[in-house]
Amino acid sequence: MQETRILMGMPVIVEIVDSWAKQKNINQVFDYFDYVDKKFSTFKPRSEISRINRDELKPDSYSRDMQEIFCLAAQTKKYTDGYFEIGLIGQCDPSGIVKGWAIYNAAKILEKAGFSNFYVNAGSDIEVRGGRNTSKRLWRVGIKNPFNERENVKVLGVSNCGVATSGRSEHGDHIIDPKTGKSMTEISSLTVIGPNIYEADRIVTAAFAMGKKGIHFIEKTRGLEGYMIDNDGQATFTTGFNSYVLTDEVD
Amino acid sequence: MKKLLITVLIVSGIGIYALFVRHKNTDSLKAAETSGNTNTSGVGNGSSNQINSNSNTNNGQTATSYKNGGYTGSVEDAFYGSVQVSVKISGNKIASVNFLQYPSDAQHSQEISSYAMPQLKSEAISAQSANVDIVSGATQTSLAFQRSLQNALTQAQ
Repeated sequence: MQETRILMGMPVIVEIVDSWAKQKNINQVFDYFDYVDKKFSTFKPRSEISRINRDELKPDSYSRDMQEIFCLAAQTKKYTDGYFEIGLIGQCDPSGIVKGWAIYNAAKILEKAGFSNFYVNAGSDIEVRGGRNTSKRLWRVGIKNPFNERENVKVLGVSNCGVATSGRSEHGDHIIDPKTGKSMTEISSLTVIGPNIYEADRIVTAAFAMGKKGIHFIEKTRGLEGYMIDNDGQATFTTGFNSYVLTDEVD
Repeated sequence: MKKLLITVLIVSGIGIYALFVRHKNTDSLKAAETSGNTNTSGVGNGSSNQINSNSNTNNGQTATSYKNGGYTGSVEDAFYGSVQVSVKISGNKIASVNFLQYPSDAQHSQEISSYAMPQLKSEAISAQSANVDIVSGATQTSLAFQRSLQNALTQAQ
C-alpha cells in the first residue's frame, strides 16, 4: 500500500509492503507529518517556530518536541564542529534536523504497529525497513544524478537504515557554510547512509557544508558511509560504501 | 596449638582486609565510570577515558573520593581540532566538567592544512539502472521542482 502527499513543502511517500496494512496506518503517518509541519514550518506564520522567531515564546514554554529539537540541534552542532547550525541569519530554522527526526519518528509509528517491510520518504530522505519482496529483504534506492534528474548514478540495496542526500538546488544554493556565511558550492551532491534517517540527515547537512572535506568526516565517523559528487561529475566515496551498491538488474 | 591459633587469626585478618580493600576499589571504579561518562556527547573520542585516568590514583588504584579543586585534562585530538576538559571537584565529588578547548575556528583552519587526508576511491559518475524502488536526490526540494509539481497538481484538481 503506497501513498504520496505534499507536506512540509515536499512529496512525502509512505509505502508498506506487509499485507495487513490499512489506510488508517498510512493516515497515522501523514497525520504525524502534518503535526510536524504545523509546528516547525518557518513558512507558516502561526507555527511554533515562527512564534519563537518573533520572540513570542520563552524557552521554558517551548513544547516538548521543540525543546527536544533544540537539544538535538545543539548536540549536532558540537559534534560537527559548528558545521550544523540552525541559527543562521538571525532566524532559527531547524529543518535540517527536523526532517530526519520526523521521518524516523514516523517509521517508529509503523514499527509499533507491527510492520517490518516499509519505507518513509520525505523529500528523498528515506528510512527503509525490511525489503520490497520478502525473499530479498532489500529496498533498491537510486541516487539521482545531480545534473540530470532522470538518471540514477548509483543503485543501492539497503534495509533497516536511513539514506539522505543533500545538494544544490537549481534556484539558489541553499546550504550555507556557517564558517563563511556564504553558500557552499564546492560540491554538487552528497549522500549519506546511516543506521537511521535521523543520523543520516543531520550529518549530511553538516557534511555538505564542509564542502570537499565532508566525505572525510563521514569516512571517519563509525556507522556512516557516503558518496560525494563534485561539480565536475567526479564521485568520491567512503571505504565501506560499495557494500551497499547493487550492480545487477535483478530485484 | 597457640601457634596454629595465631596463624589462623593472622590469615583471617589478612583475608578480611583483602575483602575490604577489594570492596572499596569496586565502589571507586563504579564511581569513576559513572562520573566520567557525563558531558561527552559527540565531541571526539578521548574525553571520558581521560577523565577516568586523570582522577586521583593511589598505588595504581582509583580512589573512592576526589580531592577538592580544579584539574585540567590533556589535550586530545577531535576530528577538526582539539578537545580539553577541566574538572572541578567539590565535596570530594565531581561538581562540573567543562570544555577548555573546542574545535575552534582558529584551530580548524590550522588543522585543515595539516590533516593528512586519507585516499578515498574516486570514479566518474555514470548512468545506472532505472529499475529502483525509491530515489534519493536533493533536487526534489528545489523551487523549480516544487513549481512544476504544484502546476501538475492544480491541473489534477
